[in-house]
Amino acid sequence: MSAPPAIEVTDLSLKIGGVDILSQVSFAVNPGQTLAIVGESGCGKSITALAVMGLLPEGAEITSGSIRLAGRDLVSLPEREMQTLRGNAVSMIFQEPMLALDPLMQVGDQIAEALTAHGKSSRQDATDEARRLLERVGISDAGKRLRQYPFELSGGMCQRIMIATALACRPSVLIADEPTTALDVTIQAQILRLIKELGEELQTAIVLITHDLGVVADTADQVAVMYAGSVVEQGNVHDIFAHPGHPYTQALLRSIPRLDGVPKAELAVIDGMVPDARHWPQGCRFHPRCDLAIARCTAERPALEPQEAPDHKVACWRAGEVPQ
Amino acid sequence: MSPTDIPDQTQPVLRRLTRAAELRRMWPLYLIFTTFALAALLAPLAAPFDPMEQDLFARLKPPGTTLGGYIYWLGTDELGRDLLSRIIYGARVSMMVALLSVTVSMITGTAIGLAAGYFRGWVEVILMRLVDIILSIPAILLAIIAVAVLGPGLQNLVIVLGFTRWPRYARVAYGQTLGVANMPFVAASRFIGLASWRILVRHILPNIVAPLIVVATLEFGLMIIWEAGLSFLGLGVQPPTPSWGSILSTGRNYVASAWWISTLTGACLFLLVLSVNMIGDFLRDRFDPHSIKR
Repeated sequence: MSAPPAIEVTDLSLKIGGVDILSQVSFAVNPGQTLAIVGESGCGKSITALAVMGLLPEGAEITSGSIRLAGRDLVSLPEREMQTLRGNAVSMIFQEPMLALDPLMQVGDQIAEALTAHGKSSRQDATDEARRLLERVGISDAGKRLRQYPFELSGGMCQRIMIATALACRPSVLIADEPTTALDVTIQAQILRLIKELGEELQTAIVLITHDLGVVADTADQVAVMYAGSVVEQGNVHDIFAHPGHPYTQALLRSIPRLDGVPKAELAVIDGMVPDARHWPQGCRFHPRCDLAIARCTAERPALEPQEAPDHKVACWRAGEVPQ
Repeated sequence: MSPTDIPDQTQPVLRRLTRAAELRRMWPLYLIFTTFALAALLAPLAAPFDPMEQDLFARLKPPGTTLGGYIYWLGTDELGRDLLSRIIYGARVSMMVALLSVTVSMITGTAIGLAAGYFRGWVEVILMRLVDIILSIPAILLAIIAVAVLGPGLQNLVIVLGFTRWPRYARVAYGQTLGVANMPFVAASRFIGLASWRILVRHILPNIVAPLIVVATLEFGLMIIWEAGLSFLGLGVQPPTPSWGSILSTGRNYVASAWWISTLTGACLFLLVLSVNMIGDFLRDRFDPHSIKR
């Protein structure tokens, strides 16, 4: 791993209206690799994605840390320059592919627009390129599809078009915020495989945001588990699934239905909810829901510490002793 | 109701307006409107006489009078001018003023509403409060004052009407923009790095244009009435140029002896505005998914 990471987020902290939303989030993704960020709703996954895109909602403010894209810090970048990077160097796709396309514009024009917006090509070249991209994302009869409107296409096809649009300028980073949540299961697998293939082919670093651990196991190289605004465990996908170190990760894994489990056994659930950002618990933010919490957990906040494998880090006071 | 009953909101506007079944149901209105529009457009060909040519021997003749081999279909006015020709040329003035002022106010109002709804913040506060202020002044009064200051005449009439009516478009454009700007596809355009003006013009504007067309149609009818009203008061188009308002106004003096001057002109005004308004209502029903009859 000599090449610098395509994207490197270091100790990113963020507040919205004075409330801590993210604290010291760090991760890095190498070109062609996929990092999955997992966690429940409300733990800060999407806001992290928006921070990388430089499109934070009003009132949100980055209080410390850096977001480096090919060595350039995005946090201090003026909006005008950030706009030239969006779509060009860093791109994003998200849920609801049917709503993510302009209903009144032919899809070919929407893909071409991504190219012409950055002055990469003339209109004619852009249309030709759009056709090639459509073929590349697995849409047959591309010439005809180019002239169709989004309502004439299925959800899976719309998501393929979103992917084509997002990758049109060959960005070095693609953020996929729950790209398959709105799709049915068979299409999900196809879309994920497509994202992964294209990532490897174009050497794009992919940040895959999801709450579906099945998706993670299939797609990711690295995993970062987020809880209550911070990363509680990160490492490569094998370590996370084989030796989950954080009680939260373990609980998430237990809550997946398994084919080889006890038949009709009740599915494990994690009691309670992600706490409200205005009232984070003292100490480890997971302790109120943790079976293994000890006195120290309620008082001091654990930091990410390396485990047996050096790039596997866990933020838990009992990481070493937790039964696995 | 099956999915096929739901009118497709994403179909191109023109295709929706020209669908055969609806054309058939709406034909009387389209016919009235088209007749007036063609008459206005082709006034020099359609009018049997020069609308300003006086013939003092043919004063106040009733409709259908034949004089010297010519038929005065709708009679003549107090100076012996052919009423039909004057109404045709008057339609031209009415529709031109209405069309131009609607265009001016629609462009101004849409631009302001788009900006306020998209940029929010202080832009929104300043622009929309300005809209509230203008809307709180009685518009016809504002128009009368403005004409009084600028002086009467066709050009000033367009300017005055255009700039007193834009807040209505601004309100509609603003409300629609607020809704559309929150749609995921607008976020998606930002994610691929489109500039704000490009998102506004290429993505938001096409998605809010349908309700604006409805407002424009209804305003078109209103502008015809206003033009007639201001000309009636002597603040609009100046004689001898024929305008429905001034024909009505002078015809009023002769209404006891020559009923046709005011009555027939008034009837034309009524028919044209009625057809425009009903077409506008129809468009609103077609474009507004909430008012579609089950």
